[in-house]
Formats: sequence, structure tokens, C-alpha cells
Amino acid sequence: MARFIVRRLVAMIGVLFAVSVIVFVVFMVLPKQNPAQTLAGKNATPVLVKSIEEEWGFDDSLVVQYGTMMKKVFTGELTSYKPRIPVDDQIKEGIPATFSLTIGAAIIWLFFGLLLGYLSAIRAGGWLDRILTGVSIAGISIPVFLLAPVLLYFLTYKIELFPNAQYVDFSEDPYEWARHLILPWFTLALLSIGFYSRVLRSNMLDVMNEDYVRTARAKGLSERQVMTRHVLRNSLIPVVTLFGLDFGATIAGTAIITEVLFSLDGIGLYAAEAVRKFELPPIMGVALYGAFFVVFVNALVDVAYAYLDPRVRLGESASE
Amino acid sequence: MSAAPLLSVSDLRVGFATEAGVVQAVDGVSFDLRPGEVVAIVGESGSGKSVTAQTIIGLTRANNARIEGSVKLNGEELTEAGDAEMRRLRGEQVAMIFQDPMTSFNPVYRLGNQIVEAIRAHRPDTSKQEGRERVIELFEAVGITNAEQRVDDYPHEFSGGMRQRAMIAMALALEPEVLIADEPTTALDVTIQAQILDLLEQLNRERNLATILITHDLGVVAEVADRVLVMYGGKVVEEGTLDEIFYDPQHPYTWGLLGSLTRIDRPRPHRLPQIAGSPPSLLDLPDGCPFRPRCPHEFSKCTEYPGLESRGGEAPDHRDRCWLTPEQKREKRTVEGQIGLEAPGEVRQA
Repeated sequence: MARFIVRRLVAMIGVLFAVSVIVFVVFMVLPKQNPAQTLAGKNATPVLVKSIEEEWGFDDSLVVQYGTMMKKVFTGELTSYKPRIPVDDQIKEGIPATFSLTIGAAIIWLFFGLLLGYLSAIRAGGWLDRILTGVSIAGISIPVFLLAPVLLYFLTYKIELFPNAQYVDFSEDPYEWARHLILPWFTLALLSIGFYSRVLRSNMLDVMNEDYVRTARAKGLSERQVMTRHVLRNSLIPVVTLFGLDFGATIAGTAIITEVLFSLDGIGLYAAEAVRKFELPPIMGVALYGAFFVVFVNALVDVAYAYLDPRVRLGESASE
Repeated sequence: MSAAPLLSVSDLRVGFATEAGVVQAVDGVSFDLRPGEVVAIVGESGSGKSVTAQTIIGLTRANNARIEGSVKLNGEELTEAGDAEMRRLRGEQVAMIFQDPMTSFNPVYRLGNQIVEAIRAHRPDTSKQEGRERVIELFEAVGITNAEQRVDDYPHEFSGGMRQRAMIAMALALEPEVLIADEPTTALDVTIQAQILDLLEQLNRERNLATILITHDLGVVAEVADRVLVMYGGKVVEEGTLDEIFYDPQHPYTWGLLGSLTRIDRPRPHRLPQIAGSPPSLLDLPDGCPFRPRCPHEFSKCTEYPGLESRGGEAPDHRDRCWLTPEQKREKRTVEGQIGLEAPGEVRQA
């Protein structure tokens, strides 16, 4: 276990380093424009531009600039250009909304995705399977930027069933918290519900042909026991890998669109605004935070894997 | 052989509807199994032997399957039994072990727990602790050493032979009357094969366990079987006692099978004999005898398929489907001084 953690930490440092370099290159090296010029405004005097350059160190070599920025990241001194607001604080402020959105959506997509996939698989070829297949494919095909306005128009504007936008903190009012999040949750979850139900269905159909499923039937288990204990249990192993990747990617990226569309005050909205204003420090901060979560969730998945599939626990059995 | 049959299969026919047509996998198979008896069903891949066995415990029931004929266990008709009834007798009265012990256990559960699961499916009031103790007893009975520790192992921690022993332990867990062993030694090393066969024979003797042994290996048959059914193209082409099949085989296909055995007590042949050609597709069986395209002794009558007839006289239960007279058979089956099938002049594909 200790070796596993060390290996993971080394890998995480490598990933974070790569992400920071890529973000830095994309935003500092590729654009030909001088960021000091942008910050100084349209009618800035050369003196002003010069002073901004010196203040932020834009006149240093790129390697030095990268080093300065990374130092600020680790000391928590990273601030946005204009106005100067600490990036750390902004990310911390966005966390409740972003986590409420993504964790809630993940629970919904797992629950419905697996339920629909299971029903589809045990009725494979029947009418229920056909209907669920249609629903899943529709769910996969509808883009978030179309679904969100449509839901808002009908459920918020037309019949006023759900409130428009704003994040209400859970500690303030749990009921309002949920009511404000239902539309964003389902919007974010819909694609994954469709996708997960398809994946689980096809995994289950594969597992149903395994010899050990025939053994389970031959020993006299009921069809439900065969399906849940043997077919479903073994079909979930690949789903866990998928979930690790998807959940990390949702926190780090996919949630941005949903947060913008529903004006949820989370990290995604903050990142979107930073991109619009071409503010490198917040972008760097959010990118590193996102990369950290992707790596972290995947490490958790690897640990979960060892519990789900005993064949993975090689080191453990050798030491016994 | 006077005891009433435990299991009686008569005129069993199993067909599967596929896009290419109906595959008649089993076509009119009949046999009786008495307590303590070992009946071997022998044949190549696709001869219908596994489908016959799986149909007995209802594992071939599917929307596209057509099952006709009768399977009676202790006088009770199984082809008409409900799913719940079939489930009750699986494992409890008829247990099955499979060819590949590597893939026949679920890799994610401990072996002991998988066997306890089988026990509790039939006896729900068995506690987990009782179940575990029972598994330890069973492991000891099938020769798994260190049973106390090994019950908690996962399948991948067992060797192939040990896994097959665990499989047999699971089959014995509820003390069934009938054991169906579907190619139980095929996936094992030769030395392990012998151990598993010894174990099966010992159980058969000690527990009076009636056994259906499905195999393509006549060497295995010779060791344990009382009666033998030879299947080809979904039909039984010859049946008889072990001695009848080995020393007085009537059907050219049986001669071919016997001739392709390599024997340590005979001079080594220049090349290993084989039956030319390959088994027919069940979708497109030739008219008459399905073995006709591979048979060097084919003659005009073979376009009509003979019934499974006894020669009568001294061996009333020795039956076969071949038009040759007993004298012709005795003469033609001898190739270079042994039983075998002559190489045909040409092989036509069915």
C-alpha cells in the first residue's frame, strides 16, 4: 500500500507539472500580444505599460516567469491581474457550488444509468430494452447547451416549477439548495445516464455468457440471484474505471458549461470568466485544481478496484 | 442392472432456431441411468453430447429452443417442470461439473463462499458458519489439503486440478443422486486428469452416485464408464456396455474413434490415425447416415438412415445405426490387425 501511494504521488506530480507547462505555453507563449499592453488599456502610455511589465515581471524570460508563477501557486500568493483577488480564495468560494453540482449529478447518473442498464440487460431484446435503448441514445445525443435552455424555458419560465439560477448554500436552506440544483443536476447527468446504461447493458450481456454464470444457474440459484450476485457484480468492475475518469473530468471541465448556463457561482463559472478576460493566474489555478482532482479520483478508483477484483490484489496475497 | 432407472431420457430432441435455420442439436436420444452407474456420452464437438446433458437440468431453456421428448427423474417429468421446480432440483438432485475449472468459478468471490451460496440456495436456514464447516469437510473429501485455509482462497489462488476438485466438492455439497460431468478432465494436465478420474470413480463407488460423463476421450471412458453412448450429428449411433463398445464395436464411426487412440501396448504407428474429414454442419446434414461422407464403407443403402437396432442374440442392449451385416462389420473393422477405420479413397465434404 505504501509503495502504491508513493507511485501515485510521483505520477501526480508529473501530471501537474505537465498541465502547468501546457497551460503556461498556451496562454503566455502562443499569443503574440503583450499582456501588459492588454492590462494597461487602450490608450496607455508606454511608461504605464513599462511599469506594469515590471510589476508583473512580463519582461523576464519565460522560464523565470513560469518559476515565479509556480512559486506563487505553492505559497498561495497567486492573484488575478485586475482586480487583484487571490485565486485560492476564489476557488475556495466556488467549491460548495461546484461540488454540490457535480457530486449530486454523479449520484443521479450512477443511480439511473445503472438502473436503466440493468433493466435493459435482463430484458435484452424485449420491448422494455428497446424503449430504454431509445431513451439512452436520446440522452447521449442531446447537447447540454441545448438541454439547459429548453429546461429553463419550460420548467422555470413557463410553469415556474424550478427557480432560475443562483446557488443557495446547503447550510442556509437544504430544501432550496436542492430545488435550485435539480435542473443543473439532471442537465449534467443526462448524457452520462444514457452512456452508463449502454455500457452496463453491454457488459452484462458479455458476462452472461461466462462459464461461471452457467455454474451459478447449475447450482440452483434463482434468476435474480444469478443476475445481481454474479452478472451485475462482475459487470460493475469496468464501470468503476469509467466513473473515475468521468467524475474527475466533470469536476475539472464538463461542469463549466452547466455552471455558466445556470449561472451557478462555482469554479466553472470563475474559470469561464477568467478565460474571457484572458487572466492567466486564475486559469492556471483552476487547471491545476482540475488536474489534481482527475489524478486523485483515479487513485481512489485504483484502490476501489482492489476491493472489487481480488485478482488485482497481487502484492497482498504474495506477502501473506 | 435390475434396479429401476433413476434418470430416464427418451427420444429427447433439442433444436435451436437461428437466423440460418433450425439447428437440431439433439435428435432422438434415449438412455437410462441407474443408481451407481456411469454412463459415458462420447462424440466430437457438435455431436450434441453437451446439449443433451445441459437439457437434462434445464440449462438449454431459451426462447429459441425447442425441446421435445421426455426426461424423467425418479418418475417425475422434467421437460414439463416449471422453472422454480427445475431450480430446486439443480444442485440438490442433479449436480453438474464443467469442462474448464479456470472459468467456471466467479473470480471475485472466495471459493468457500461460492459453495456456501449453493448450499444456502437450497437450505436457506444453514448459517454461514455451518456452511463453511461443510465446505471444509467437502474439501477434505475431495482431497484438497489444508482445507481450513483454502476455503477462504479466491479461484485464481487455486491450480487447475485443485479448482476441478473444488468444483466436484461444490457438486457434492447437497448430496445429489446424479452427477453430470461435462468434459471434466479436458482442460487438465494428463497427470491431473488421472487424479480427477480416480476421484470421480471413488465418489461413484462410495456414494453410489449415478454419473453421466460427457467426453470425447475414449481413454477416459475406458477407465470409468459402465455403459457408453456414441453420438454423431445429434444422434446416438451406437450404444452398449464398455466391453461391447471396446471389443465388439459395430459402427464405423466407433471404429474410427477406437482406431485413433494411441495405445502403449501396441507398436507405434507411422502416423497417428485419424478420421478423415470433419463433422457435418447440423444445419445441413446429408441425407441418410450423417457419417456417410467420411465413411469408407458407404454403399447404396446408406442414403437411408437406419434405426438404432440391436443385433439381438447374446447382446440385446448393444445397438447401432449401420446397415452393414455383423459379418461385414467384423471383417471391415480390422485394419492392420486392429480395430480401426480404413482411410477412404476420397473424402467428400457434407
